[in-house]
Amino acid sequence: MELLNKIFIAPFVDMVAAPDFLMQVLWEGLVSGVLYSLIALGFVLIFRSSRIFNFAQGIMVVFAALTLVGLHEMGVPAWISVALTLAVMFGLAVSIERIVLRPLVGQPDIILFMATIGITLFLIGFGEIIFGGENKQMITSELGIPTGDFVLEPFGGLLILQHIDITAVLVAAALVVSLLLFLNKTRMGRAIRALGDDHQAALSVGISLQTIWVLVWFIAGIIALVTGIAWGSRAGVSFALEVIAYKALPVLMLGGLESITGAIIGGLMIGMLEKMFEIYWGAPLLGGNTESWFAYVLALVVLLFRPQGLFGEKIIERV
Amino acid sequence: MKDLYEPYVTDDGRTIGGCLMEMKNITLKFGGVVAIKDISFDIREGEIRAIIGPNGAGKSSMLNVISGFYTPSEGEVWYKGSVRPMMKPYEVARQGVGRTFQNIALFEGMSVLDNVMTGRLTHMKASLWEQAIWWGKAEREEVHNREQVEKIIDFLEIQAIRKTPVGRLPYGLKKRVELARALAAEPSLLLLDEPMAGMNVEEKEDMSRFILDVNDEFGTTIALIEHDMGVVMDLSDRVVVMDYGKKIGDGTPDEVRGNQDVIDAYLGVPHA
Repeated sequence: MELLNKIFIAPFVDMVAAPDFLMQVLWEGLVSGVLYSLIALGFVLIFRSSRIFNFAQGIMVVFAALTLVGLHEMGVPAWISVALTLAVMFGLAVSIERIVLRPLVGQPDIILFMATIGITLFLIGFGEIIFGGENKQMITSELGIPTGDFVLEPFGGLLILQHIDITAVLVAAALVVSLLLFLNKTRMGRAIRALGDDHQAALSVGISLQTIWVLVWFIAGIIALVTGIAWGSRAGVSFALEVIAYKALPVLMLGGLESITGAIIGGLMIGMLEKMFEIYWGAPLLGGNTESWFAYVLALVVLLFRPQGLFGEKIIERV
Repeated sequence: MKDLYEPYVTDDGRTIGGCLMEMKNITLKFGGVVAIKDISFDIREGEIRAIIGPNGAGKSSMLNVISGFYTPSEGEVWYKGSVRPMMKPYEVARQGVGRTFQNIALFEGMSVLDNVMTGRLTHMKASLWEQAIWWGKAEREEVHNREQVEKIIDFLEIQAIRKTPVGRLPYGLKKRVELARALAAEPSLLLLDEPMAGMNVEEKEDMSRFILDVNDEFGTTIALIEHDMGVVMDLSDRVVVMDYGKKIGDGTPDEVRGNQDVIDAYLGVPHA
């Protein structure tokens, strides 16, 4: 009885009794969720245009953040470091296309997937040689990102919103909106969607495989930089950041590999659910630290009932 | 044999112009396998040119050479009066060579309209910035491109399915959408790889009518591969016949029909 009470009744009583605290939990969850969505978006973009499951998306986040901080440490002004980092990400996109993808065109998906694991390992080693392996501080204030907080008092309680988090959410939202407009309204966007559907057909209407691949990897690089800045401001910049990128995997399982909307909703859902679970169920019942595994278990349960993910298209095979 | 570069008027009143594309001594090898052996022929402006032959004769390979998907091992491709350097398929497409595929290559996840719009990609020149703020060139271009696309959709009678995702369409309609996409690029030369494969009689009649209309209305030069002999003989101005990678006949349908090598190839006389 006591256990049932703790699972089914007590948490909800707590939520109603302290709505301001519930709002705080949801807000924190939302902020992590936004970042999960961003990483997942990078995956989706590359998958849609090339059928490659890009394992390196996570390390690209770390690499972008490290480059930014590293450049600043060498005495480059903050905003010029951002511009230079973007240039580095562009160079990375060009090299990946030229050195890794182009020779592997037409190979089975699994080969390309293995190649992205290779890219991951290379970037870890390369990053450590150049920038060292120790934890670095994100150059938050140098970039002009506000560091204070708003204190609200809903229902006579207390709700603290960090300026950094608000900035992260707003920037992420702007990025997602411009990405959607780009994909749906521009010539390049149409070419990206077309290429994902059929390579041969895309070639026959004059779409260059190489140009589009460089473009999507560069966009994935931009997304990685934004994610890196946002997450680095909260947790510092180190190779441990890569672990948060793996959270994008359950997000993709929930949202489906091809759906941009799915990636966004999936990310927000996982961010908020894992935070709520941790606070109301995990900490009191399981001794806490449930955030490290909750997302994966949730994805597993979803897969049992909907193998195509929550938003993926149902796969019907003709027999 | 008519003079290669002198325009002439056909019996049904269409003007056939000079040489648009010429294949000179094309040989294509895959390792030890010779798919095409020393073949030369030309395609004249405004005509419907058919490539026929039994299965495995190398017809599709030849089409892939023309559209740049394969690079010939030997020989030259002349296009609009000059030798074509080695090119990627998308560069050939940008030069005005459109094509369809034997096994339909469409963007299944996109609507019919979007599919046909991709055919206009090479005609869009506005910068990303102009497209982003939807101003000036971008807006004019999009409006113009939409008009062109609507004209073609109208022409091929697929208005009713404009918004339908291509993946849901039946086979015959997919073939038509593929033709629409190729046409949207306003190609100088249109390559059709078995446009009527797998169709019933009615669909074949429709498709034949569309091919003739396209040639007539837009003056598009068409090179096609087709198995149905009746259809080929009715449609085309001139026919190339291939067998085992070699050219065994070339001429008007009547000339080809009377050619003993062609008759042998189709009736299956043992090869010496």
